[in-house]
Amino acid sequence: MTLTGTVAERIGNTTPSGARSGFVAVNDLVLHYPLSRSKAIRAVDGVSFEIPKGQVLGLVGESGCGKSTIAKVLMRLVDPTSGTMVIDDLDMSRLRGEELRRLRPRMQMVFQDPLAALDPRMKIGVSMGSPLLQHGMAVADEARQQVLRMLGDVGLDPSFYDRYPHQCSGGQLQRIIIGRALLLRPSFLVCDEPTSALDASVRTQILNLLADLKDRFSLTLLMISHDLRVVRHLCDRVAVMYLGRIVEMAGTADLFRAPKHPYTRALIAASMIESESGFEAPSKVRGEPPSPLNPPKGCHFHPRCAHAADVCRSVRPELEVAGPRSTVRCHRWREIQLS
Amino acid sequence: MLMANTHDGATSRPLLEIEELEVAFAKDGGQQKVICGMSLAIRAGEIVALVGESGSGKSMTALSTVQLLPPGASIMGGRIGFDGRNLLDCSPRELNAIRGGRIAMLFQQPHAMLDPTCRVGVQVSEALRIHRGASRHTAETRALELLREVGIPEPALRAKAYAHELSGGMAQRVMIAAALSGDPDLLIADEPTTALDVTVQAQILDLLNEQRRRRGLAILLITHDLSVVSAIADRIAVMYAGRIVEEGPKDAVLHDPQHPYTHALMHCSTLEVGPDGKLISIPSGATRAMDLDHGCRFHPRCAVAEELGIADQCHRSEPALVPSHRGDGKVRCWAAEARLAAPAKDILQ
Repeated sequence: MTLTGTVAERIGNTTPSGARSGFVAVNDLVLHYPLSRSKAIRAVDGVSFEIPKGQVLGLVGESGCGKSTIAKVLMRLVDPTSGTMVIDDLDMSRLRGEELRRLRPRMQMVFQDPLAALDPRMKIGVSMGSPLLQHGMAVADEARQQVLRMLGDVGLDPSFYDRYPHQCSGGQLQRIIIGRALLLRPSFLVCDEPTSALDASVRTQILNLLADLKDRFSLTLLMISHDLRVVRHLCDRVAVMYLGRIVEMAGTADLFRAPKHPYTRALIAASMIESESGFEAPSKVRGEPPSPLNPPKGCHFHPRCAHAADVCRSVRPELEVAGPRSTVRCHRWREIQLS
Repeated sequence: MLMANTHDGATSRPLLEIEELEVAFAKDGGQQKVICGMSLAIRAGEIVALVGESGSGKSMTALSTVQLLPPGASIMGGRIGFDGRNLLDCSPRELNAIRGGRIAMLFQQPHAMLDPTCRVGVQVSEALRIHRGASRHTAETRALELLREVGIPEPALRAKAYAHELSGGMAQRVMIAAALSGDPDLLIADEPTTALDVTVQAQILDLLNEQRRRRGLAILLITHDLSVVSAIADRIAVMYAGRIVEEGPKDAVLHDPQHPYTHALMHCSTLEVGPDGKLISIPSGATRAMDLDHGCRFHPRCAVAEELGIADQCHRSEPALVPSHRGDGKVRCWAAEARLAAPAKDILQ
């Protein structure tokens, strides 16, 4: 049984009615960037997942696996080739024009490089307040009050209102970006590598802040990272992506305790301090991800996989149910699990 | 061979010996110190990690070594011994011969360091032509060998590529090949894996380790990430506000940190959860050397000082870097120095 099938059945063609557990439900999302009549980069190649209300899904994978593209599609910054995404009972993939603009505040995004996300010539307070004015959610003085309150919520003092971005540290800037996103009272927040530009000590502060804000603002979160350590603490579930497809998805504790896909095992081995991960050298992965322009036949991961067999080189594996609420896309996960 | 006599030889002279280095920025007619009394030694074939947060002065230390400080910054005192000479006494001409030759550097953003308009093979062979006076043909042949040595598939093809055609990991391999082309004794690697994916990070670290073993290369590894350190370093020096606060063999520092800052940094790197269910973090931002001019520079963020009731001492005077009770390392902390009641580790927990 494939996951694509089950999700499609459960969310019944993504009509707003029906009993769905997913507050965010993405179904068979595909994004191909066409290069010529016959060629396309398959950036996202049939991805489905759900995030129940108030929960956090971690999306991990290497550069170029399509994780940031998914974020862009969810934000409707890029239009998907096919597939649907339902956020808070609304089929976002079909909205256009004014209707879409009106609903944009519901979904917000935090980017990796906070300095690049702020206008260097604009004071912090003005930068933070402008989305409120844009969306007509406040007039000038109200906006100022709300920004000042939000600065407090993200752990900064009011003096930051009149500062410029270059006068703030990386950690402070990321707090500002998070605050700006939350001012619009979104119900869904996508964080794309929110801590990878930060020092270890500041990283934990920002992760704690996100955990705290998630509860206070009843947010549903998609957390994108290449670092499994980051998703481990904050996420309820984790999806591992490789070359445009999800290769494993499970509850965070399960994923770290018993990773099934060889790629997940390699990622865990690579991101932990030596003594932390129980996996030894064989889990280390060779080479770099292949080009999505010309993906390997069969299982995309087979050229780098230590467990690859003939079947992996020819047959594309489907997502299999591997346990309660756990799926894996690997021909040999049962054997690997035993070894 | 090289390894054998450098590793057991506690008596052998360090290859690089930074002593009491002082670096300051000129500001408003005065000076702002960014490095204060920094000392560090690296032997041939040894990997020493310099760990600290942004602004702690670790990159400044690296740039001081090769005297490539940014405008406004200057070395106010100290000595940088390299293979028996003081680099601070060298003429610009002598320095040029050393930089890219006996001392090579590796940076965080490989793409920013490669010339976008020049084929990478040429960039790798450049140092050979400059430092070795090799002919174009010899240099290009050697460049291909180097590219193969650093694990680039199809080196002949890749040598003709431009920087934008390479992934981050491949670009960093090219930078390593270029660094190795001058046959250096010391490699200064400033955050060489920070911009890379974790899987590629591990590969680059393995490559550096292999080169160390093969060539007896000494590496000064600058990073803020303790997981990078744990993979390949022999010794660790932890920097805070322009000074070393703890130094010692890797295992000792990672498993039994003596300075509260090192201990806190460990928690942050492993993302450990504290008793309140939150990730353990260090309050507020890092103190920079110019922010504070008295006492232990870590005291405003230190939990140990309060608990031991020595906050007053920590506030008033700065501790010296002294041998820690572990014996094989050094630490700059009043609590550790006095060995009050219990080591810092137990108090923090």
